[in-house]
Amino acid sequence: MQILESGQGELIQPFDLDEFREWNRTRKTRKLTDKVMTEQEAIAQFVYDGCYIGTELYGTVRCPMSLAREVIRQGRKNLRVCGQGVLELDLWLAAGIVKKLDITYIGLEVYGTSSCLRRAVESGQVDTCVEWSNASISWRMKAAAMGVPFLPTRSMLGTDMLKYSAAKVVEDPFTGTKVALLPALILDVALIHVHRADKYGNCQIEGISGFALEMARACKRLIVSAEEIVSTDEIRKYPDRTVIPYYLVDAVVHAPYGSHPGEMAYLYGRDEVGIKEWVEMSKTAEGAQAYLQKYVHGPKNHTEYLELIGSDRLARCVELRERREA
Amino acid sequence: MNQAPYSKTELMICVAARLFEDGTTCFIGTGIPMLAAMLASKTTAPNIVPIFEFGGTGAILEELPLAVGEARTFHKGVSALGICDTMETAQRGFVDYGFLGGAQIDPYGNLNSVVIGDHDSPKARLPGSGGGNDVGSHCWRTIAIMQHDVRRFVPKVDFITTPGYLTGPGAREAAGLPRGTGPMAVVSTLALMDYDPETCRMRLRALHPDVSVDEVKANTGFDLLIPEQVTVNAPPSNEELRLLREEIDRQRFYI
Repeated sequence: MQILESGQGELIQPFDLDEFREWNRTRKTRKLTDKVMTEQEAIAQFVYDGCYIGTELYGTVRCPMSLAREVIRQGRKNLRVCGQGVLELDLWLAAGIVKKLDITYIGLEVYGTSSCLRRAVESGQVDTCVEWSNASISWRMKAAAMGVPFLPTRSMLGTDMLKYSAAKVVEDPFTGTKVALLPALILDVALIHVHRADKYGNCQIEGISGFALEMARACKRLIVSAEEIVSTDEIRKYPDRTVIPYYLVDAVVHAPYGSHPGEMAYLYGRDEVGIKEWVEMSKTAEGAQAYLQKYVHGPKNHTEYLELIGSDRLARCVELRERREA
Repeated sequence: MNQAPYSKTELMICVAARLFEDGTTCFIGTGIPMLAAMLASKTTAPNIVPIFEFGGTGAILEELPLAVGEARTFHKGVSALGICDTMETAQRGFVDYGFLGGAQIDPYGNLNSVVIGDHDSPKARLPGSGGGNDVGSHCWRTIAIMQHDVRRFVPKVDFITTPGYLTGPGAREAAGLPRGTGPMAVVSTLALMDYDPETCRMRLRALHPDVSVDEVKANTGFDLLIPEQVTVNAPPSNEELRLLREEIDRQRFYI
């Protein structure tokens, strides 16, 4: 297959499929073992300086915010990040712990562009931005999840996205048309927040699944935080609801309101006051640091964070949840 | 009946909403496209099927979504799946329209939402493609919704994030993009534009009320094609304004 064009972006996370297979064979137990631990234990054990890490879904929606805060608390640094985010990656950028980005979108959605991203990239603190579309980054994980080296796509063709990515354009050997090849993405660590998990790591998600299924199958270590820890009997009653089976999971962290100030479908809505506080404070570097002091370094753990937010505010978020029709 | 006062943004949303074709599938980006889709679904296009990139399809848009993944993007929807499903649905030709925004647009409808200036040492780092590139690559027709000024309507975008007609006729197909796809219209704060089928260049189609051709030209950083006949968009009706202000954006996030 002739390569017609090569993106000049760095392949931030080179991959070796046979090594990944070997990893899955030797480093991931098939045994049903209790993986419940605290967020401190999970981050300490699996997240390391310089690792390639990703979070799912993003920012204000079913996001592992309690885990993201703990990564900062433990002073992890030089992270290489799969970048689709709102609040969680903004916090990491503000904390100065991101070195390289496979970036799709980092912004504040309804509230506009991210000042933290601007400061971090324009100052050179983040030294590399490799561009991907949302579909492309998800399909890169899908390739890894399938155990194949790349997936062809018709995204990114003809644009500067291709040029500043690490994709390649080839002539499709079957039809002769041009296609972009997206390299598989195998993360060192993934953080995913779910509605329910049992102690072994069998997970259920309600509402949209974003790219959780792909990311969970495209990583070497998976830390799951769950709103609720349920019995395995409950899981086995509805096997069709398990979207992440236990053998993919390395740690299970109980994290009620783990997506706060973002939402969790059918459980609680967005805490607009909390989100706006970040939007305002993150406009300046000093404000962002003050926020980190107050909400990340101030509370020792997620329990203390929830005490800081207070039960009244959390109850209001529950009031705002999406409801299922009776 | 007297015309009620309205803002340029409100008018832009109304003109965009009127472009929704009933019974079609529409990829909806964050922001103004969401308001336009809601207005369309409450007026001229009650049977549109909104698709939000992280997995929501066919939502009933009763409350304005503030994020492309939040629960309102699959409220009473027909399915809540994941991003691979929605994007693959678009890639195989199932999505009729894509509505999106950007920081810059050029005469061929290429959009930039990545950087102002050089990519590796940018003057301003913007959020990135998100699903924009995918929507512009795979939807049959795309409609951009933008503020209209010379900083945004530029001869050449600093970075092509979302493909329009690229360099002109045949360029999309030559690049490998799906046949028969491309930008259809631009709705701005000053006018409605479309594209000349021969040259694929942006062309004025209809002015907003009280806007002159000269004003549009003065706020466009390239030579906009001006046809002999230019119509004028109807101002927002009282019902459109009521829906926008009392039902769609009560909290005034956008209007």
